[in-house]
Amino acid sequence: MKPTNFEFARATDLAEAATILRQAAGSARAVAGGQSLGPMLNLRLAQPSILVDITAIPELTHIEEDAGGVTVGACVTTSDIEDGRVRMEELPILATVAGGVGYRAVRNRGTIGGSICHADPAGDWLPTLCALAAECIVTDGRRSRRVPIDQFVTGAFEVMLEPGELLQAIRIPRPSRTARCGYYKVCRKAGEFALASGAILLDGERDRFRAVIGATQGRPVVVDDARAIWGEMPQPGAAVRLDESAANDLLQRAGLTTPARLHITALARAAAQAMAQ
Amino acid sequence: MKPVGLTVNAIPVMETVEPRMHLADLLRERLGLTGTHLRCEQGACGACTLLIDGQPARSCITYAVLCEGAQITTIEGLENDPVMIALRRAFMAEHGLQCGFCTPGMLITARDIVTRLPDADERRVRLELSGNLCRCTGYVGIVRAIRRVLEERRAGALAASAVAPRGLGPVGSRHAGPPGGEVSVSTAAPIPAGSLHRAVMVARVKKTFTRLLGKLRR
Repeated sequence: MKPTNFEFARATDLAEAATILRQAAGSARAVAGGQSLGPMLNLRLAQPSILVDITAIPELTHIEEDAGGVTVGACVTTSDIEDGRVRMEELPILATVAGGVGYRAVRNRGTIGGSICHADPAGDWLPTLCALAAECIVTDGRRSRRVPIDQFVTGAFEVMLEPGELLQAIRIPRPSRTARCGYYKVCRKAGEFALASGAILLDGERDRFRAVIGATQGRPVVVDDARAIWGEMPQPGAAVRLDESAANDLLQRAGLTTPARLHITALARAAAQAMAQ
Repeated sequence: MKPVGLTVNAIPVMETVEPRMHLADLLRERLGLTGTHLRCEQGACGACTLLIDGQPARSCITYAVLCEGAQITTIEGLENDPVMIALRRAFMAEHGLQCGFCTPGMLITARDIVTRLPDADERRVRLELSGNLCRCTGYVGIVRAIRRVLEERRAGALAASAVAPRGLGPVGSRHAGPPGGEVSVSTAAPIPAGSLHRAVMVARVKKTFTRLLGKLRR
């Protein structure tokens, strides 16, 4: 249970990190808290030639909040969000989701950017941030570009970063004040990776109703208009029932092999959680 | 090989390590601090949990080179910590351990619960313990022990240690500079490689000697 040998470098700015990543031509990995990469290295599932420590880069713990939303640096930890050191008033769901990611000892080092780049379909941040229509800010050290998070992830454990690129920050758009969110994961023990997960954003003021199915065998399944499953825009206080056959069709099209029942339960509970707010 | 300088139980340490050496191996193999246990080595079982900059973290998936400038506190370094003294007593009284393998990690997590979540109820204690596996006790005694110390703390019998303000980013990444609170830099000269190990061994020999001497006197 020891990793294969690798080199190590600590980058002090984005350009330096990008240069090292580019020179290694795909065999380098950026590391911050190492809570996803560490197990992969120890199990020898990842065998990079060099690790680039990006925690000394000031931009990566930078937070910027404006009317449109909040930009969260990639090296912000899950416990930073759990404890409210990074927060958005309209989205208390962020702290709730954070509290369910792994265990406290993991959250103290595990970063939001690392979780997304690791792109484990069973992780918590990916479906949540897909529901919130977050964007990934990708940099090559000189220029940056924005990519919708559901496009940033290209498959299970796969993201669209080119050699020489890294995730700089996540932009979370601000929903309206009356927006409701829900996230539910099915797992046998608190803190585990999900067997099935569902995330919901219901923002009546903006006419947004988005549902995400996580813990797939690939990218999260994003249902941009969740009326396809619920039939109508749920009203606050009213009981909501999802159309199981529509949900089943969706799951089949996504090619999921885990029991559909689990995913439907996760979705229904995420919606119930959103409604209960 | 990379040089790494960090503080272990308030003693500055300089070591040269392979980048793939994780923190737990540095502590156990180089420094002789075997109180930090290793089992799953993938962050799931919690046996290797220790404090990095005062916060619980996994030492099996945290590489030593990532801890430049960090303050590491192992179970050995908490011998005189008031919360840990109370926890050790409670774990004994409530049968919170049997084989003892999970105990160092359990105690570190327990200390985090008592200091960070003084109002935790049984449900919360169990939730927070979900990252530490115990195969002997069934957790009942462990939960009772932690709740006993929580009650002591709420009754004011235990000095509440202040939770230090924290900057953003992974704990232990102090080379990133102080984004939030002060970073205290130790002015003590770093001890050369291997000497902490010697100090620990000398302390152990002394302890054994004193115990034998006590037995002889009886």
